[in-house]
Amino acid sequence: MRKVMTGHKAVAEAMRQIEPNVVAVYPITPQSEIAEYYAEYVHNGLVSTELVPVESEHSAMSACVGASAAGARVMTATASQGLALMVEILYIAASMRLPIVMALANRALSGPINIHCDHSDAYLARDAGAIQIFAESAQEAYDYTLIAQRLAEHNQVRLPAIVNLDGFTLTHSVQVVEPLDDEPAKKFVGSYKPIYPLLDVDNPSTWGPFAMPDYYFELKRAQVAGIEAVPETFLEVQKEYEKATGRNYRGFFEAYQLEDAERVLVVMGSTAGTAKVAVDELRAAGEKVGLLKVWLYRPFPYAEVAEALSHVKQVAVLDRAISFGAQGALYSDIATAFAHRDRRPALFNYIYGLGGRDTTTEHLTQTLSELKSARPGEELRYIGLRE
Amino acid sequence: MKEIRWHGRGGQGAKTVSQILAQINLREGKHVQSFPEYGPERSGAPVRAFNRIDDGEIKIHSGVYEPHVAVVVDESLLDTENTAEGLKPDGTLIVNTKCSADDIRSRTGFSGTVVALDANKIADDAGTGFPNIPMLGAVAAALGSDLEVVEDEVQQTMGGKLSKDILEKNLVALRGGYEAGKGVHVGS
Repeated sequence: MRKVMTGHKAVAEAMRQIEPNVVAVYPITPQSEIAEYYAEYVHNGLVSTELVPVESEHSAMSACVGASAAGARVMTATASQGLALMVEILYIAASMRLPIVMALANRALSGPINIHCDHSDAYLARDAGAIQIFAESAQEAYDYTLIAQRLAEHNQVRLPAIVNLDGFTLTHSVQVVEPLDDEPAKKFVGSYKPIYPLLDVDNPSTWGPFAMPDYYFELKRAQVAGIEAVPETFLEVQKEYEKATGRNYRGFFEAYQLEDAERVLVVMGSTAGTAKVAVDELRAAGEKVGLLKVWLYRPFPYAEVAEALSHVKQVAVLDRAISFGAQGALYSDIATAFAHRDRRPALFNYIYGLGGRDTTTEHLTQTLSELKSARPGEELRYIGLRE
Repeated sequence: MKEIRWHGRGGQGAKTVSQILAQINLREGKHVQSFPEYGPERSGAPVRAFNRIDDGEIKIHSGVYEPHVAVVVDESLLDTENTAEGLKPDGTLIVNTKCSADDIRSRTGFSGTVVALDANKIADDAGTGFPNIPMLGAVAAALGSDLEVVEDEVQQTMGGKLSKDILEKNLVALRGGYEAGKGVHVGS
């Protein structure tokens, strides 16, 4: 049944249906309403989850690590500075192969202090070893929370997963969402079978070991095997989700009007929706433009993205954060995807939407139009910036 | 697609009625968005909220700059903000005021359709004191929503939080506002 709800509520509903054993959260700013809704569910007896309110996000992720190692199904949520404080422990969660699933309401990192959307928080956690998925809408945030749970817990994967949804634009905006009924949602997610749980005292195991030069390297290499198992598993879980729900999520990205496109935007998050409107407008005027919207950001689907863009003449890669002293993180990925290919489009890197700066349809039609005559170069270009 | 911008002050419930408007239109088979202006929320500070309503899926996620309807819940904002900014020339300005529509036209410089209703009086007469509900009634009527659906959504949203008596008074206020918005047709 179609309902109206915010992105926060949509994610909280998915969490209610997943009903993890433990949710550990720091309940104060910059926490989101997700934790608020979930606390309500716990106190109203809708879920049997142990809610652990802690004194910082560092502690929240630490509690998640402890609970997950003990054998529990664990979830959390945060935003911006909160994630920054979690990152130290997020690396540890990934190295311990703990399938902790978290919603990240994307908001700019300080400074200056800003509470609005950009992707600097997600980029900060880019190399932590967690899976990262980006949602375009509250609906996608809901669907991908369920999908991420299955993906993270898959035996070949066993990694933390972050579902990104744009702060305010998706989290605070009321949109149409069609959640699944509880039964099919719970059936899809299934029950969680921990491996080597710490609380299985009859079969003791080592967790969070000390590893010197003699083993650290091999353990990190083993972690690569986990993240490398993600793409295939991602497609499998999408397929199963489609079978269970009829919802068509296929592939690592959404290709919108891409097949015969000459000029293309590559973007993640809610701006992809606005970009679709921009593409529609230019298509109506006979221009061959398209969009590639990345769903799976980590691990990055290099080969598939390159394949999908190989026929394109010009590509504008939009980054919603600056990687100071370097090209944008997404741009760097796209450029890497073409490193060993002869046939490649001209690539342009645009920075947009920092600290919640609005990106309109007009901005994006203009970007697509200026690509026609743009001279390739490594310089950063900006959308919607006053200079 | 129709876009609506609400002007209110923190605590007046502009965001709440924008959400109820979304629910009403969902019930009528539309696709909807409702979002507040993303700023610090302080009691009494000017706040804005927005709606998008369309027959098809709404993909756009940017702000609203050229609304079809602007709604002023608090008259004092007419003096401090350009409430008609970007409003489409054939759009509709709906204002909570004792003044006439012509007065509002000259105060705002907006020459299109103006609906002037004294939502404060409607709310006071009904015994609620909150002008947001009659303003919702006026907007829903101007958008062509069915009164029964509007009443039902207000009941469902507020019923759990209000006593039966206060809810009934709000419905009276809602009907008063709806009456004022009837006969206006908001083009798309």
